[in-house]
Amino acid sequence: MDKFDTFTGIVAPLDRPNVDTDAIIPKQFLKSIQRSGFGPNLFDEWRYLDHGEPGKDNSARPLNPDFVLNQARYRDASILLGRENFGCGSSREHAVWALLDDGFRVVIAPSFADIFFNNCFKNGVLPVVLPAATVEALFAATTATPGYALRVDLQAQRIEAPGLDAIGFEIDPFRKDCLLRGLDDIGLTLQHADAIRAFEDRHRQAAPWLFNKP
Amino acid sequence: MSGKTLYDKLWDSHLVRQDDDGTALIYIDRHLVHEVTSPQAFEGLRLAGRQPWRTGSILAVPDHNVPTTDRRAGIADPVSRVQVETLDRNCAEYGITEFSMLDPRQGIVHVIGPEQGATLPGMTVVCGDSHTSTHGAFGALAFGIGTSDVEHVLATQCLILKKTGSLLIRVDGALAPGVSAKDIVLAIIGRIGTAGGTGSSIEFAGTAMRSLSMEGRMTVCNMAIEAGARAGMVAVDDTTIEYVAGRPYAPKGAQWEQAVSGWRDLHSDDDASFDRSVSLDASSLVPQVTWGTSPEMVTGIDGVVPDPDNEPDSVRREGMRKALAYMDLQPGTPITSIRPDHVFIGSCTNARIEDLRAAASVIRGRTVHPGIKQALVVPGSGLVKQQAEAEGLHTLFLEAGFEWREPGCSMCLAMNADRLQAGERCASTSNRNFEGRQGQGGRTHLVSPAMAAIAAVTGHFADVSKEPA
Ligand code: SF4
Repeated sequence: MDKFDTFTGIVAPLDRPNVDTDAIIPKQFLKSIQRSGFGPNLFDEWRYLDHGEPGKDNSARPLNPDFVLNQARYRDASILLGRENFGCGSSREHAVWALLDDGFRVVIAPSFADIFFNNCFKNGVLPVVLPAATVEALFAATTATPGYALRVDLQAQRIEAPGLDAIGFEIDPFRKDCLLRGLDDIGLTLQHADAIRAFEDRHRQAAPWLFNKP
Repeated sequence: MSGKTLYDKLWDSHLVRQDDDGTALIYIDRHLVHEVTSPQAFEGLRLAGRQPWRTGSILAVPDHNVPTTDRRAGIADPVSRVQVETLDRNCAEYGITEFSMLDPRQGIVHVIGPEQGATLPGMTVVCGDSHTSTHGAFGALAFGIGTSDVEHVLATQCLILKKTGSLLIRVDGALAPGVSAKDIVLAIIGRIGTAGGTGSSIEFAGTAMRSLSMEGRMTVCNMAIEAGARAGMVAVDDTTIEYVAGRPYAPKGAQWEQAVSGWRDLHSDDDASFDRSVSLDASSLVPQVTWGTSPEMVTGIDGVVPDPDNEPDSVRREGMRKALAYMDLQPGTPITSIRPDHVFIGSCTNARIEDLRAAASVIRGRTVHPGIKQALVVPGSGLVKQQAEAEGLHTLFLEAGFEWREPGCSMCLAMNADRLQAGERCASTSNRNFEGRQGQGGRTHLVSPAMAAIAAVTGHFADVSKEPA
């Protein structure tokens, strides 16, 4: 996983609540057994006018001019600004893989669905929860100013937003540390392998039926 | 000191270690695996040179991609086929128990776990699938995880978690005939919203929950995720224990006695406190139908499509407008005048035997309305299908004009060949009405099995609770 410390990028506003992971990456692309290559199909049903399928040449497909990410000014965006309950629905980590593959490293919203939020951290994507009023101000600034960009400083937990006061944000210390250091959390957990084994032995004695193999 | 909630008890009994900031390692008893969210996890394990920690904790099944028509010919779509074959290969390589596509026990992962007794009270159960919350019906701590966490559980048998908040949802009173578990959970989501449970684990309690069968409780817990909750759960009682008894992987003999005595404690203590609580009166519930593109966009069968102009919040108002445009519905339209093109009875929410019985009893002696292009019944598992056939339910469905299919996820998410065309409308017993969920441009109305059945035979949504019994 890539480290994350400070990040500066253009913001794209996605102005709808309850953006679900089915919309972020439609199911037909979930048939892949890879982790990469999902970027061109990010928001596929909104992004293109035709129906997308795995293996189709996306560069030849008709773009939906009404979809915000297709506007020239947002083409290089790497920070996504969303509304409440972003990433709800299916647990598919492919949604985060698609965002990352399309260049997004930060998603800002007033609230996130739990599994999506967790999946972001596993892939070096920073989800930032901000108060609705702050998100509103960012939407206004982004749409008013072509090329509007933010500088996100994870160490300081601060976002510099042109025209606005600096914005602080909360983040779980463990997750912050993993992002800053680009840590593989499986490796971290395996440092406690002895504790896991000891627990497992006690657990097996207390409830042996939990260990009957299906 | 106040007592423990059921969630506290499940958490404490699986806690391996905890840091000062609350970051915990939680031990996982049962890991359910399907073909869509596991290939990259097995691949990651291999790339890192790691071995699975305890393959005996795993039960695997292909369900999302499998065809629901004759399977002996294999899977036509080459991309789907590779994914299912990848699961077969991974299971063979590591010696993991798998119910492969032609196994009579194959079915939707959340149907087969409970059916086999692979889901037991007091367990932690995870799966790379959001509807893992289903298994909480057994007094288990069950939740969906992403693929990186699937790999984490494969490698360590644990997850790194922080405790969620607790939300008690009490549902009291007797349900009217024709009103079901699905209506309870849709009404709950309508009330608290799709983010209403975010950051919480929900315990469903109250007399209405107690009187539901295990299958009904699974339907409610299944959709806890649609309310944004991490997990949904129901305390163990006699209903739970009777359901588990005698299942293939349930404990037997002396182990069974020992297990049951422990399971009796799997309920919240009387003096336990919850962070929040909500209550719902079941006796006033009518059958529910969703009208929009989020499960919270729901109303009673006696209702009308709401008017966005009456919504004070601007973000929600805009969301409603987009939903109505997508669904091609006008504010004020009575729900009973909406006419579906398709009826889908299936999914991990509502494809167990009681669901099929409920639908069959509505259609008995009637036929699918000529306005319905397709009416599908997709049993949740091969064993549900066998049971239904033993009871003659398939004959009822087939004679009425339904198609009777092989088990799998099917049109719940349309990853296989079963899907809506753009603009088509479906009465569906599944759990998500998101844009494109059942096929690009398709329009989904979530309902109970009995409500789907009545829509099939009348050609429009109708109040099944007003039907002569
Ligand atoms: S039936 Fe639908 S919701 Fe359930 S596991 Fe399958 S795709 Fe997911």
